[in-house]
Amino acid sequence: MQFFIEVLIGGLLSGVMYALVALGFVLIYKASGVFNFAQGAMVFFAALSFVGFQEVLPARFGLEAGSAAVFWLSFLLAFATMVVLGIATERIVLRPLVNQPPITLFMATIGLTYVVEGLAQMTWGANVRGLELGIMDEPIAWLMDDYGIGVSKFDLFAAGVAASLVALLALLFQYTKVGRALRAVADDHQAALSIGIPLQTIWRVVWAVAGFVALVAGMIWGARNGVQFALTFTALKALPVLILGGFTSVPGAIVGGLIIGASEKLAEVYVGPLVGGGIEGWFPYMLALAFLLVRPEGLFGERHIDRV
Amino acid sequence: MSYLSLNNIEVIYDHVILVLKGVSLEVPEGSIVALLGANGAGKSTTLKSISNLLRAERGDVTKGSIEFKGRRIDRMTPAELVRRGVIQVMEGRHCFGHLSIEENLLTGAYTRRQSRAELRDSLERVYAYFPRLKTRRSSQAGYTSGGEQQMCAIGRALMARPEMILLDEPSMGLAPQIVEEIFEIVKDLNGKEKVSFLLAEQNTMVALRYADFGYILENGRVVMEGEADALRNNEDVKEFYLGLSSEGRKSFRDVKHYRRRKRWLS
Ligand SMILES: Nc1ncnc2c1ncn2[C@@H]1O[C@H](COP(=O)(O)OP(=O)(O)OP(=O)(O)O)[C@@H](O)[C@H]1O
Ligand SMILES: [Mg+2]
Repeated sequence: MQFFIEVLIGGLLSGVMYALVALGFVLIYKASGVFNFAQGAMVFFAALSFVGFQEVLPARFGLEAGSAAVFWLSFLLAFATMVVLGIATERIVLRPLVNQPPITLFMATIGLTYVVEGLAQMTWGANVRGLELGIMDEPIAWLMDDYGIGVSKFDLFAAGVAASLVALLALLFQYTKVGRALRAVADDHQAALSIGIPLQTIWRVVWAVAGFVALVAGMIWGARNGVQFALTFTALKALPVLILGGFTSVPGAIVGGLIIGASEKLAEVYVGPLVGGGIEGWFPYMLALAFLLVRPEGLFGERHIDRV
Repeated sequence: MSYLSLNNIEVIYDHVILVLKGVSLEVPEGSIVALLGANGAGKSTTLKSISNLLRAERGDVTKGSIEFKGRRIDRMTPAELVRRGVIQVMEGRHCFGHLSIEENLLTGAYTRRQSRAELRDSLERVYAYFPRLKTRRSSQAGYTSGGEQQMCAIGRALMARPEMILLDEPSMGLAPQIVEEIFEIVKDLNGKEKVSFLLAEQNTMVALRYADFGYILENGRVVMEGEADALRNNEDVKEFYLGLSSEGRKSFRDVKHYRRRKRWLS
C-alpha cells in the first residue's frame, strides 16, 4: 500500500510538469485557434535563455554568480526574450497568414519550431547545462520516517509553482480587461473584432503569456533533467494530455496532466513487468487514443452552446 | 458636409466574386436609414465595408470611397473606427456565448479608457434601456433567448459610446413583439442619445415604419431610394417587398407584371 501511494504521488507530481507544458498549448489554441507545434521549442528556448543569462550576467557585468539578483534578473530577461519572440511571431508568422485555414497555420508553427530551435542554439550554444533552483530532489524526511512514503521535495515544489501559476492565470482571465477580451476572442473572434478589440494585440498578449508558461515549465524541467535539446520533446508529452483534457480547457490541461502522469507511472510499475517493461513511453498515447474513441472533445473540452 | 457617405463602392470577395456593383448612399447625422433588400442583395456586405470587417472575410472595397464626417475611413481598422464612433452590430448577434451578459457588455467598453465609476455608469445606462439584461446579467449569454441576445449585442455596442451604429438584421428570427420592442429602443436611442443608425433589414414593413429614409438594394445595386413614408406607400415597393398590392390578392397577371418589373429594376 505504501508503495502504491508512493508511485501514485510521484506520478501525479510528474503529471504536473506535463500539465505545465499542455497549458501553453491551450492558451494559444483558445485565443487564436492555432495548434502551436513550437510550444516545445519555446520551452527549450526559454530555459536555455535563462541559464544563458545566468552565465552571461556574472561574466560580463560582474554580478555575483549564484546570487538572488542574478537569478531574478535572468528570469526577467528570459521572460523579456519570450515576449519579443511572441511579438515577432505574431508580426512575421501569424499576421500574414490571417484568415488562412488552420492547417496552414499549423504548418507554419512546425516551421517556427525549427527556427526557434536553431535560434536558441545559435544564441546560447548547444551543450547541455545544469539549472539550479536550490531545491533538492530528495524525499521529504518526515514523510519518509513516519510513513515510509518517499515524496520528492522537488516534485512538491514544482507542483506548488504550477498551482500558483494556474491561480495567477485564472485571476488574469477572470478579472482583468485584457483577460476578458481574451476570452471574448476565444469565443468569437469576429464579434470581438466588431467591437474594436484588436486581435493582433490579443495574440501578442497570449504569446507572451504562453512564453511565460514555457519559461516556468522549462526551468522546472531543466532543473530536473538538465537544459538540453531533449526539452523540445516535452511537447510530445503534452499531446496525450491535451487529448485527454480537451484542447480548450485550462482545468482540462491540469487534470489531464495529472491523469497521464499517475497512470503512466502506475502502469510502468504494475503492468510493466508483465510485458517486459518500458511501457511508460507509449502508455499515455494508448490511453489518449482509447479516450479519443469515447469522448473526442476531451474531459473538459468546451462544448458548443447550441441555441439561438 | 455629409455625415456618412458611400460613393459608388464596389466590393469583391476572394478577388473574384463581385458583390457590390457601385453602391452610393448617405446617412445624415441623427437619422435612421434603412437598407432593404432580399437575401443576398448585399446589405451585410455594405455594412461590413463601412465597419471594415470585410477584410477579415477576404473581401475588399475595390472602387469608390467611404467617408465619415469628411474623412475617408476605408483603410482604417475596425478598432480605429470604433474609437471614432462607428460600430457594427453583426447579423446573428454574435454574443460571446461563454461570457455572462454583464461580461459581454463590459467587453464593449474595450476601446474606452474609463475609470471604474464611469464604467459602472455606462453599464447602468445600458441597463436603463434594456431592463431585461439587468435581470439576466449573470447568465451565460449562450443560454439566453434570441431577443435577449439581440439586446445584449446592441447593449455591448452602446458600451463603446458610439455616434453611429450599423445594425444588421435585428429582427432575424424574433417574435413580432420582441422585434417591436427592439425597434422602439432603437428609436429611443436615436432620439435621446442622438445615435444615428444604418439599419439592414429584410423586414421591410417594420424597418420603414421606424426609419427616416430607405434604400433598396438588389443584386449589389441601389434600385430605389426615398423618404421612408414615400417608400412605404410606393406601389412597386408594396408589391415586391411587402407582398401587398392595392388589388388585394395576387393574380397570375400580377405575377407576370412582377417579372416584367423585376427585369426593369435590375
Ligand atoms: N465571405 C464571402 N465570400 C464570398 N461571397 C460572399 C461572402 N459573403 C457574402 N458573399 C456573397 O455576397 C452576396 C451578398 O451577401 P450579403 O451577406 O451581403 O447579403 P445580405 O443582403 O446581407 O443577405 P441576407 O439578407 O441573407 O443577410 C451573396 O451572394 C453572398 O453569397
Ligand atoms: Mg445579411
